[in-house]
Amino acid sequence: MFRGDVMVFKSKDLLGLKELSAEDIMNIIDTAKTMKYVIKSNNKKTAHLQGKSIVTLFYENSTRTRLSFELASKYMSSSSANISASSSSVAKGETLIDTGKTIDMMGTDVIIIRHPMSGAPHLLAKNVKASVINAGDGMNEHPTQALLDMFTIVERKGSLKGLKVAIVGDIYHSRVARSNIWGMSKLGAEISVAGPATLIPPGLENTGIKVFNTVQEALIDADVVMGLRIQLERQKKGLFPTIREYSRFFGIDEKRLKLAKEDALLMHPGPVNRGVELSTSVVDCDQSFINEQVTNGVAVRMALLYLLTRRGPNEDIN
Amino acid sequence: MRTLISNGHLIDPLSGRNGKFDIIIEDGKISEIGQNLEITNGDIIDAQGKYVVPGLVDAHCHLRDPGFEYKEDIESGTRSAAVGGFTSIACMPNTNPVIDNQTVVKYILNKAKQDGAVNVYPIGAITKGQKGEELSEIGELKFAGVVAISDDGKPVKSSSLMKKAMQYASMFDTMIISHSEDLELSDEGVMNEGYMSTVLGLKGIPSAAESIAIAREIILAEYTNSPVHIAHVSTEMSVELIRLAKKRGVRVTAETCPHYFALTDEACEGFNTNAKVNPPLRSRKDVDAVIEGLKDGTIDIIATDHAPHHIDEKNVEFNIASSGIVGFETALPLAITKLVKTGVLTLEQLVLKMSVNPSRMLGLNKGSLEVGKSADITIFDADEEYIVDTDKFESKSKNSPFNGFKLSGRVYYTIVDGQVVVREKVLFK
Repeated sequence: MFRGDVMVFKSKDLLGLKELSAEDIMNIIDTAKTMKYVIKSNNKKTAHLQGKSIVTLFYENSTRTRLSFELASKYMSSSSANISASSSSVAKGETLIDTGKTIDMMGTDVIIIRHPMSGAPHLLAKNVKASVINAGDGMNEHPTQALLDMFTIVERKGSLKGLKVAIVGDIYHSRVARSNIWGMSKLGAEISVAGPATLIPPGLENTGIKVFNTVQEALIDADVVMGLRIQLERQKKGLFPTIREYSRFFGIDEKRLKLAKEDALLMHPGPVNRGVELSTSVVDCDQSFINEQVTNGVAVRMALLYLLTRRGPNEDIN
Repeated sequence: MRTLISNGHLIDPLSGRNGKFDIIIEDGKISEIGQNLEITNGDIIDAQGKYVVPGLVDAHCHLRDPGFEYKEDIESGTRSAAVGGFTSIACMPNTNPVIDNQTVVKYILNKAKQDGAVNVYPIGAITKGQKGEELSEIGELKFAGVVAISDDGKPVKSSSLMKKAMQYASMFDTMIISHSEDLELSDEGVMNEGYMSTVLGLKGIPSAAESIAIAREIILAEYTNSPVHIAHVSTEMSVELIRLAKKRGVRVTAETCPHYFALTDEACEGFNTNAKVNPPLRSRKDVDAVIEGLKDGTIDIIATDHAPHHIDEKNVEFNIASSGIVGFETALPLAITKLVKTGVLTLEQLVLKMSVNPSRMLGLNKGSLEVGKSADITIFDADEEYIVDTDKFESKSKNSPFNGFKLSGRVYYTIVDGQVVVREKVLFK
């Protein structure tokens, strides 16, 4: 069902888009296009992961990312299992490396990890033979989210080259923003970000993007507008005064969205705080691709699992 | 027993000797300094092509003993120091129990006498248990043998308590060494706040967290007319504040460590926990300012902040990895490579910063080669290159970001009280 040759993925793991080449990113997106047919079909079952073992190891709560990975692996017939930090040996003080090695030695081909600390997937990857997919680490990266974002944009716009992308909100704590900045820059997009000065990480402009303190400046002529979820607890840490004021200065409503190009795509990694970062009217407008992103998330994850497991079996278990 | 050190190039800043001089050691003391000396029997050390300097003095290290002997103990720590050319080291009080009473001081002094390869001088805690609440028994600590007091690792949060500590300690001529950090600004950061923390998605510690705290210490030192020593200076603003304070006549001295002039926060790339240290490795601008501060004399001392940690405490997620770098065995080569070979300091200035000044700051009778003084001597080759191999460290811990670095400068002899502890690069103890 694949057209032409699918390139074999060079690295064992997917740790971040910082580490990935533009070629690898396009390879994943191209493969995801094909996978989307499977999701849309009446028979959501392929044999791509038959005989493969996939484990999700989540040290943070997650509903959509975990479900997305789980369905992706099930649509492709893998054996899969899930571990949550709360129910695991982590509570007994086992180290990440020891937990990882235990999973590895049970014959696992891919470990999908979400962890509150940046770099945890990198540590795991160095210590296991299985492929490691980063499903979000601290404030560092959430590469599969960015891949699905880029897939969604490529589907609608053909490519990211020369596109103006505005990312609005809490950039400081956002692994989604970081992954998108790395990935989209590699594909030739021009990125602007806007957010309260307390939520813009230092030195961000050194990555080659534009940083604004008003949402309007970032939105002008944008081809893609991406809102980020604002964690309500940030307000308690003194990073902004009230949700009300945040929304007044950085919320995206119809009027502000009009600053972007007429055919601009509105995106959000979800879940949306309606009326805070996005007004309800824009969430549900024709330019909104928030629901499409969810479908594309499964397609991108299917593509990744397929590409990573084509490397061959988890060898040398002894 | 007599020992002759011949043919070496002697550098002794206090006497001004800088050239070919021989030294004769007798009964642990220097008995003669001159040219073309000879002895009829005894030990002859040929120092041809090497520098002979007063034994290095480290004003800041962690020996982890008592309490954390799995990281380091007095025996392994002093062996590591000896290999690095240090003959006297001052160890910080964040042991378990904390060095906040004379019993722990005596334990360390006794154990150092028994197992130590070099002289050990304990530093007492400013506050009981380093909790920052009540002053420890500073007078009694002083009489038991501490050379300074510090809550290193934990700043004294209360400005009022720090003021009282300065007033009280100066009554006993006891130096306060300040770990200067505003913990609220650090706010659980794990590396320097800047472009690299943004790239790695790690929480940053702003340079202001250090500089603000240093400003407080300087102001309190001036206000109380007390001396204060600032530990591990790492930021541009910190250097500038100390420079200003010295101009005003504040009794302030300052140290930095090799990692603050040899590395930037880029060393954290790839979540390298061996580059996690507190204060954190800073930006290029800060590193350049620290080097300038060393050059113009604002920073008096190069200390190691030797901070051993077990591999299990480093081979974990960056956020929960312990902070610290082992430093004894790379300090001199790093200083030679990064400061002397680059023309920032002369070797004589380096000896000032690694022997004379720390000795003076701590009130030790060290740091000079004069007849009658105890024979604490370091002999090194400044040009020999080698590749750092942490597996070969004498320290129990290997947490160094310098593994694999090519450096110049090798210690050939370390002589402590006339006893040759390191001979031809080999430890004899």
